[in-house]
Amino acid sequence: MLQVEGLTVEIDVPAGILHAVSDVDLHVDQGETLCIVGESGCGKTMTALALMGLLPRRARMRAERLELEGRDLVAAGRQQLAALRGDRIAMIFQDPMTSLNPVYTIGNQMEEIYLRHGKGSRKEARERAEYLLAKVGIAAPRSRREQYPHQLSGGLRQRVMIAMTLMCEPIVIIADEPTTALDVTIQAQVLHLLSDLQKEYRMALVLITHDLGVVARMADRVMVMYAGQVVETGAVEDVFAAPMHPYTKGLLDCIPVPGKTQPGAKLGAIPGMVPSLVGALEGCQFRGRCAYALPACAASPVPLRERGPGRASRCLLDSIPNAPATGPFFAGVAR
Amino acid sequence: MSGETILECRGVGRVFAVRSGMFTANRRLRAVDDVDLALERGEVLAIVGESGCGKTTLARMMLGLLPPTSGTILVMGRPIVEIDRAEIARAVQPVFQDPYSSLNPRKTLASIIALPLDVHGIGTGAERRRRVEELMELVGLPSRLLYVYPSQLSGGQRQRVAIARALAMKPRIVICDEPTSALDVSVQAQILNLLQDLRRELDLTLVIVSHNLAVVEHMADRVAVMYLGRIIEAGATASVFARPRHPYTQTLLEAVLTPDTSRGLPEFVLGPGFPNPLDPPPGCTFHPRCPRAMPACSSARPATLREGGSLVECHLYDGAAAMKAG
Repeated sequence: MLQVEGLTVEIDVPAGILHAVSDVDLHVDQGETLCIVGESGCGKTMTALALMGLLPRRARMRAERLELEGRDLVAAGRQQLAALRGDRIAMIFQDPMTSLNPVYTIGNQMEEIYLRHGKGSRKEARERAEYLLAKVGIAAPRSRREQYPHQLSGGLRQRVMIAMTLMCEPIVIIADEPTTALDVTIQAQVLHLLSDLQKEYRMALVLITHDLGVVARMADRVMVMYAGQVVETGAVEDVFAAPMHPYTKGLLDCIPVPGKTQPGAKLGAIPGMVPSLVGALEGCQFRGRCAYALPACAASPVPLRERGPGRASRCLLDSIPNAPATGPFFAGVAR
Repeated sequence: MSGETILECRGVGRVFAVRSGMFTANRRLRAVDDVDLALERGEVLAIVGESGCGKTTLARMMLGLLPPTSGTILVMGRPIVEIDRAEIARAVQPVFQDPYSSLNPRKTLASIIALPLDVHGIGTGAERRRRVEELMELVGLPSRLLYVYPSQLSGGQRQRVAIARALAMKPRIVICDEPTSALDVSVQAQILNLLQDLRRELDLTLVIVSHNLAVVEHMADRVAVMYLGRIIEAGATASVFARPRHPYTQTLLEAVLTPDTSRGLPEFVLGPGFPNPLDPPPGCTFHPRCPRAMPACSSARPATLREGGSLVECHLYDGAAAMKAG
């Protein structure tokens, strides 16, 4: 469905060039869920925006290959991208309060997509909007259609966002932290809804999140990003059972898990913070925070190595030792 | 835990008047309703619930920022309304959720952390400066950051600043409102570890308001679950997590997504509607969403059952069902 190779996004900032996304490869098939996981600033949202053709104007994008259903998007112009956006590929944003227009009714915003892509008449648009509102579990869709976003709760707004992305039956949905702004109970409902709809319409879902619990329950495959690069990728069961990159292992160790971590015990924290992405990138981006870093990690950029079918890791180590060998190589890099 | 009660809520309630129009009477919103809680020195209490359940209002009352409209809050045995504002601030301090908006962007770290000392007129300039350096070391901020502005810091560092500021007055109690929900997971772990260390080193009593049950289980000795202003279940964290009694607590626990790839999404979920707090449902306020609701639940409010240190408010346990059936 969606094939990406060598996606790079650079942003000019006063201090130089910010490497927001470096050489990302990804693909997602029909009916499949790919989770992109990572922390703020790792480039996951920039990747999503690049796929949607929604990058901010000062960002530059390059890709060796960017294909949606076999159509080449690298060569496509703005208008061709705009024609696909909302129709074949659609995005669910994190915060439904700011991504819905407060001065138009929900129905109005939903129908606009349908009409803009020339899918049918106003009447058909209205019927489709009502059908989809009911589909995402909104009672009384006819009267909800007339309401404005501020009249809905956060959970309902996110449902409206989901219904809206389905207006033209896209084949790829990109969801950027769709449940982060919601309560836990609502989160479970929205995730259920997404996964049910995905199965029903056989869509490819790219789910961007920082929540490893969401990844574990939703993903077929997972892609871990750090500092603009893919550091590990593979089937979700494999990656969670035996992480190959120290960053993935660090992420899994630092969340408390009821029934597994000892209450009150120290959580495995990843010391330090994300490096600056401005200027030339040298060596492994994670080495300053890595407990297993070797002198070789600083020498040259570490390639993403194939480590089995569908499995890759950007680390020089073949396995993560049980105990840190040396301690952080650049221990002084601040905490 | 020493057995010494340091903070106590007795039947605490808070009603807000909500304007509904120029010619209609104000409506009453009961944000917190009849809350009883007692905190012992050195204990960590977690208050959990969905947005709008009144947990932040309760935290604000414990901080003395908002007077209760009924009941009393006792800080170290004295009613909070009788204690001078400055004295409350010396005993109870907050750490807020969002370290991006809770720090003044135009002040340096040195002056942000020293502000409580300035306000209370503690020490000379040099002494304050020394105390600020001490505090920064305590929370793991390098002293080279003394004269930087909050915008130059990461989220985790800002939350460390907020914690340092809260500790400046050597408070007995720190109330953390969602201390890590704005942070990345690796930074969350750093801050949780820091709070644990500080609690031990400084003999702090912590109140953690959170919706993240994994964090609650990790941090808290006791937990209170709130729904629509009332505490509907409370008890030792270990026993509430092992044997949740209230259907709401059970649902909340099932909704926790542990990173377990062998399990799918939790099957059992609540109906969408968190009720309007201006118009709470009759009887048990949870009954419209409750998977185990009985006829009695929509008419009568369940009794509060206390047993040792635990509490539950549900008709499944107060005999209402048995009475109806019998």
